[in-house]
Amino acid sequence: MNYPMINPVRVDANAGTWKPILLTAANEFPVVTPIATASPDYVIQLNEIKSFQQNITTEERKLVQYWGAGAVLRWNEIMRELVALHNLAPYQNPDGSYPIPSANNPLAYPTFPFSNPPYACRAYAYLSTAQYDACIGAYFYKQQFNRAAPFTVDATIQTLLPKSTLPSYPSEDATVMGASVEILKLLFPGDQDYINQRAEEHKRARLIAGANVRSDLDAGEVLGKAIAAKFIARARGDRAGAAVGNATVWAKLKSDCIARGETPWLSQETPERPPMLPVFGAVKAFLFDSLTLVNSIRPPAPPSTGSQKFKDETEEVYQITKNLTREQLRIANFWADGVRTYTPPGHWNYIAANDFAQQNFSEARWARNMALLNMSLIDAGVVCWDAKNLYYNPRPMQVDPRIKTGIGLPNFPSYISGHSTFSGAAATVLGYIIPARAQAYKDMATEASVSRMYGGIHFRSDCEVGVITGNKVGAYAIARGRIDGAE
Amino acid sequence: MKSTLPKLLLKIFFCNLLLLCFISAKAQTDIDGLMMEKKFFCVGPTAGYSSWKNYWEGTLKRDNLNLGRVSTSNFMLMGNYGITSKLNLLFGLPYVKTKASAGNMAGQKGLQDLSLLVKWVAYQKHIGKADFKTFLMAGYSTPLSNYNADFLPLSIGLHSKNVTMRLMADYQRNHLFATASYTYIARSNVTIDRYTYYTTEMHYSNEVRMPDASQLSFRAGYRSETLIAEAVFNQWTTLGGFDIPRNGMPFVSNKMNATSIGVNLKYETPVNGLSVIANGSTTIAGRNVGQSTGFNAGVFYIFDFSKKIKTEKKSANKPENK
Repeated sequence: MNYPMINPVRVDANAGTWKPILLTAANEFPVVTPIATASPDYVIQLNEIKSFQQNITTEERKLVQYWGAGAVLRWNEIMRELVALHNLAPYQNPDGSYPIPSANNPLAYPTFPFSNPPYACRAYAYLSTAQYDACIGAYFYKQQFNRAAPFTVDATIQTLLPKSTLPSYPSEDATVMGASVEILKLLFPGDQDYINQRAEEHKRARLIAGANVRSDLDAGEVLGKAIAAKFIARARGDRAGAAVGNATVWAKLKSDCIARGETPWLSQETPERPPMLPVFGAVKAFLFDSLTLVNSIRPPAPPSTGSQKFKDETEEVYQITKNLTREQLRIANFWADGVRTYTPPGHWNYIAANDFAQQNFSEARWARNMALLNMSLIDAGVVCWDAKNLYYNPRPMQVDPRIKTGIGLPNFPSYISGHSTFSGAAATVLGYIIPARAQAYKDMATEASVSRMYGGIHFRSDCEVGVITGNKVGAYAIARGRIDGAE
Repeated sequence: MKSTLPKLLLKIFFCNLLLLCFISAKAQTDIDGLMMEKKFFCVGPTAGYSSWKNYWEGTLKRDNLNLGRVSTSNFMLMGNYGITSKLNLLFGLPYVKTKASAGNMAGQKGLQDLSLLVKWVAYQKHIGKADFKTFLMAGYSTPLSNYNADFLPLSIGLHSKNVTMRLMADYQRNHLFATASYTYIARSNVTIDRYTYYTTEMHYSNEVRMPDASQLSFRAGYRSETLIAEAVFNQWTTLGGFDIPRNGMPFVSNKMNATSIGVNLKYETPVNGLSVIANGSTTIAGRNVGQSTGFNAGVFYIFDFSKKIKTEKKSANKPENK
């Protein structure tokens, strides 16, 4: 995608004072004191830029412009691409069971990961939160060392990007890049070659642009990687590794549901596929603890599968799919975000990126806003998956086989709708970030939600309660935004 | 006196619906060496059914228990008008319906693509008892409804606008004949309902670039005044595109290739101007398409809008010494 180059209205020079997510302090990790701009070694670095700038090709100018749109944006985009690439469910084994992708052997089939919506919302969250803390670190040290940018030191250096008024050591681009690379390698371990290649390209773009000298980049990258390590440690302990469950867990979800007198969800795939990451509801949220989830956010039980309301809602879905208009199908397709896509959380990242690009945000503000959005999205995913597997409610076509889908049926319980929960959260957070668009986001969330009824794969209760629950999650992100020092 | 109409019937274009499953239910008409006489209009309905259980995911052949058997029914109105005996205008107007026997995916139905084709006898020569002709054809097809192409394999078509160019040679000696043709299909971009999609990379657009395609066709068999029986070999090649990933879904711009063989039959009834056709074909090799087998049948009638005496018509299709 083409985006305008970063040229912030507010430079956010004080972003080093914003409240980090995992860092204990902006300077938790040290950064070596930079060499002086008058030193011979610095001159060598200036000459490196000059050598890059001697014959700038059209290709190189494009590269500079591409990365000039922002490190947070571009690495977010790269993750969306990797999510889409890996968003494919594994094919069954000869015995009808399904193989589980392994991070330890990512390139063997089934390749790791299967980046389904829960996996994806968590991936975006770790990327964005690490990028945000990386920015806080970078901005902190920029102020501390106050080393001028190369184009300020040497007027013969061309600048192919809008001139930043910030000190350039360490480079916030490189810090975000370093953090992003580490998170991406953790989550997409089979794609490291590609990830490294993009990182090299990013650094080269900064040098060609005359925006940073080599030591700005090196220091930034080291800092970014150190900060990412904290997030990786959190990720390793956030219980996502156990989210896939096992045969005992799967059987218990079903028997618990039956014990409550309800019709349990059954996979509609052949052979029957275990529910997608059924223990994802136990993953550690970013914005609240598990007690808050249970007491303040968890939605009430859906209409009983034996109730008249349930029958009415089933009939409603049947009637919608039977009389589906082309416009309703368009809406269902537009929001489907199924196989081989960046998933609904990715869709909201895309919506956010497009709108943020019009706001002239600083790199730090991009990071902060993306972090708020993606913390709300992972937490929406956690809350939603908690409800899905607690209530274990069947899909419409399980109880009425006349219902067919024009999009695709996800392989996990119905209540509450993931699309609705994600969208309810995202619309709330984005409406806080760009108040002028609040109603537009709300309308999008409503459309995304109802699109699942048009697709024949959700009941009205799933959708409506999903949006309300998402809104609640979004409110926690806003509460954080109000006190993070960036307002 | 036996009417000459039966003779003219021979010149009806041979209505061959080759439904290449995913490739689109577009009718592959007119790959034959027959022409309508001036101001004669042959028109009629056809109905067809094709289905597959196995398909090629890239080059890997597999089945899919969540689709079961995917079937396509089509109903089509086809016509061929003789502007002159050497220049014909043909059209096809299909209605298509799809269904999967297993799983949850909704079958699709609707008017598919209108196709128009101009067929011109560019060169013809009698060599002793044999007849040799070269044809040039140009066609255009365009979707007639806003159907969803982004729901393969159940979409009723690919929704591209196509420009078709075909070069064809036909040789007949007594009742035996052979026809060979090469077709190039230039396809327009397709618009889908979402603004991102993944091929071998991410695209942020609702427009999908469609690779062009080509088709080789060989036919040979028996051609008499009352009966045509021919064996058909077709090879459709998509000139670009990508493979369905492992356990993924097909997409409009996949590299869809298919090789099929089949048989076409046409019989002219004792009723003047009325003929029936039947054909069957099966896919013997493919890539990103279903291994479909299908049948079609149709009835055609010729309307004579010429004021000339029919016996004056010369058959372009028969040797002079007949």
